[in-house]
Amino acid sequence: MRLRHKDLLGLADLTPEEIDLILRTAGPLKKLFTRSIKKVPPLRGKTVALLFYEPSTRTRTSFELAAARLSADVLSLAVSSSSVQKGETLMDTALNLEAMKVDFMVVRHSVSGAPELLARGVRAHVVNAGDGNHEHPTQGLLDLFTIREKKKKIQGLTVAIIGDILHSRVARSNIWGLTKMGAKIRLCGPATLVPSEFRTAFGNQVEVTYNMKEALDGADVAYVLRLQLERQQENLFPSLREYHEFYGLDEKKLSWAKKDCLVMHPGPMNRGVEIASVVADGPQSVILDQVTNGIAVRMAVLYLLAGSSQAVPAPRAAERIAEREPS
Amino acid sequence: MKGTVSWARTQRSSGTLPRQKSLLIRGGRVIDPRNQRDEVCDVLIEGQHIHKIAKDIKPTRQMEVLEAGRLVVAPGLIDIHVHLREPGQEEKETIATGTAAAAMGGFTAVACMPNTVPPLDNVSQIQYVMMKARSDGHVRVYPVGAITKGQDGVELTEIGAMVRAGCVAISDDGKPVANAKLFRRALEYAKTFGLPVVDHCEDPDLAKGGVMNEGKLAVLLGLKGIPRQAEYIMVARNIALCELTGGQLHLAHLSTKESVALVRDAKKRGLPVTAETCPHYFALTEEAVANYNANAKMNPPLRTEDDRQAILAGLADGTLEVVASDHAPHTPAQKAREFDFAPFGIIGLETTLGLVLTELVQKGVMTLSAALAALSDAPARVFHLPGGHLSPGAPADLTLIDLKARHTVNTFTSKSQNSPFIGRMLQGKAVATIVGGEVVMSRGKLLRKPTC
Ligand SMILES: [Zn+2]
Repeated sequence: MRLRHKDLLGLADLTPEEIDLILRTAGPLKKLFTRSIKKVPPLRGKTVALLFYEPSTRTRTSFELAAARLSADVLSLAVSSSSVQKGETLMDTALNLEAMKVDFMVVRHSVSGAPELLARGVRAHVVNAGDGNHEHPTQGLLDLFTIREKKKKIQGLTVAIIGDILHSRVARSNIWGLTKMGAKIRLCGPATLVPSEFRTAFGNQVEVTYNMKEALDGADVAYVLRLQLERQQENLFPSLREYHEFYGLDEKKLSWAKKDCLVMHPGPMNRGVEIASVVADGPQSVILDQVTNGIAVRMAVLYLLAGSSQAVPAPRAAERIAEREPS
Repeated sequence: MKGTVSWARTQRSSGTLPRQKSLLIRGGRVIDPRNQRDEVCDVLIEGQHIHKIAKDIKPTRQMEVLEAGRLVVAPGLIDIHVHLREPGQEEKETIATGTAAAAMGGFTAVACMPNTVPPLDNVSQIQYVMMKARSDGHVRVYPVGAITKGQDGVELTEIGAMVRAGCVAISDDGKPVANAKLFRRALEYAKTFGLPVVDHCEDPDLAKGGVMNEGKLAVLLGLKGIPRQAEYIMVARNIALCELTGGQLHLAHLSTKESVALVRDAKKRGLPVTAETCPHYFALTEEAVANYNANAKMNPPLRTEDDRQAILAGLADGTLEVVASDHAPHTPAQKAREFDFAPFGIIGLETTLGLVLTELVQKGVMTLSAALAALSDAPARVFHLPGGHLSPGAPADLTLIDLKARHTVNTFTSKSQNSPFIGRMLQGKAVATIVGGEVVMSRGKLLRKPTC
């Protein structure tokens, strides 16, 4: 089986079989690099460009290592906001990379849909490394991988996702991925951060509650989202202290979940805000496993996209560059 | 056809002597909603005015004859919500290109919104537009002045002086007047001049940062929503202020179910409220942005099927009496940006008539006569413009329409091409546009260069 897509834009676009394929591919890749020889050759001679319009050391490093361990050449571009201000558009940047014959573009962008815009314009495989409040598909996949690794299944599990659901691309990818793989989701946070549309938008495997006890009662996984502290300025919640009191995951709240409930977080954490240190570092936490698995899953994604069965579209972008240059 | 008459001049300021030239439009189906006429007959134009409408007018040798068999002969279409972008954003559109697009779409007159750079907020800006329209315009241009200086929502403009210079309405379109007291003053003061006050109804704080309709789809796409309440809260406020002042209120480009209900109720109560919608609100829903298509990004945003149905009902019962295009040109480079960064707005002058005929008339929402009224009679009444009907003595502004002409929306005469309707099949289009007795467009060709 192969992926039917040129790009990985979101988990909304993938079938359960495709998700399963990526997770199954990631397994042996993880075994490889967690042993002594970390590098394998499938992407030798290929170039992976990382376009980060938003800083993210963690995701960028993870993609860099994943590409390097598949023997690809990696080009890391931190696109500063200044070059955006100078007027170079996303498409201009992408077309230039295309002209340099880059094979993969891994994009992190603050605007939802930016990777999709890019994917329509270039021949290279586009991997969404997080766009606006839309999706962060590789994060979703590494979370699925981690849950399946620890629980041996996803089907039938109850996953509580806690925090700023509204602005979270991680939450959206996880909701798509987990529901497609048969889990039940409970979304929990203050109503300003969990719009009621979430009740229906993703199908009926998703519940919304504003009460942590309801969310965690019998849960198999407690997935804590990072809280962007500046949201307080937008009056989405009155204070960090109040937030922690009601929605911060501490020992007491965790005790409402199943005994073997996994604690997950996409990082970086605000300790003492959305999660108490004792929980983050406790025996149920798999937060560092998520980081390790991120590399395996990203290797699997790059590897599978390179061999995807989807015919590569006509070289529109390259043609346009050629047209511009007077011959 | 040639001549040097400044036909683009408005009725109000027109002081030139009509050139005596006769044009006979023969055998068309003449539809004149204001005079409740719908019959096959002839229209005789003398100079710049309609002279006579009757069966079997005998052509004489001085008459030019236009055979209109199988065509609809309608009052010239009037679009009261157009952005011509001049002065200041000529890369998007100019008075020349915008009025050319209007003529191509069957419009004989357009009212242009004041959110140019700088805005039309004083006499000299209004004069500039009037002057440019005379020299470059293919159709009549009626400027809409700003309500507040700089469209800043703080201080009223010199409304009376702008009216004297040719402004036909006031609006801070694009920048809704947030201050209720100021909007009250605008309605009261404009009453002095019998001037309609047009508002883009949107609560700025509630809408801030939003790029599409708030709801399920916005949640899935991860885009910030503009709640429907942002529109209808302001509709309700404006109606309340209209009640308070008795000033003439015109609500621009309505998009929600609740707005339609509020206007319907206000009209029942006899308030001087009129309202418009645009083709995209009856032809599209928010689904059009599902693939982050910035050509469907507009303000107010496309709403849901429920809203679309309410807009259709509002058009059918006359609650929304005007269809306007909200023609808002933007360059391809601007629209090719990330969805959040792309500007709001689509062009519409060349698709409005086809969409009205295809989506409203053919689907039985409105009769042909009612649909043409929404594009001619009603806009003329709302802005107190001279055209919009075919009575003897009226300006000879007419649109000839082929109801059978099927065409796929493709490229545009407008300088910009930002339309979500590209590729859509429409039935019915303007085949001739006549302004002040001059044929300015015939069979998709612009016939005369503007006078300058
Ligand atoms: Zn507007």
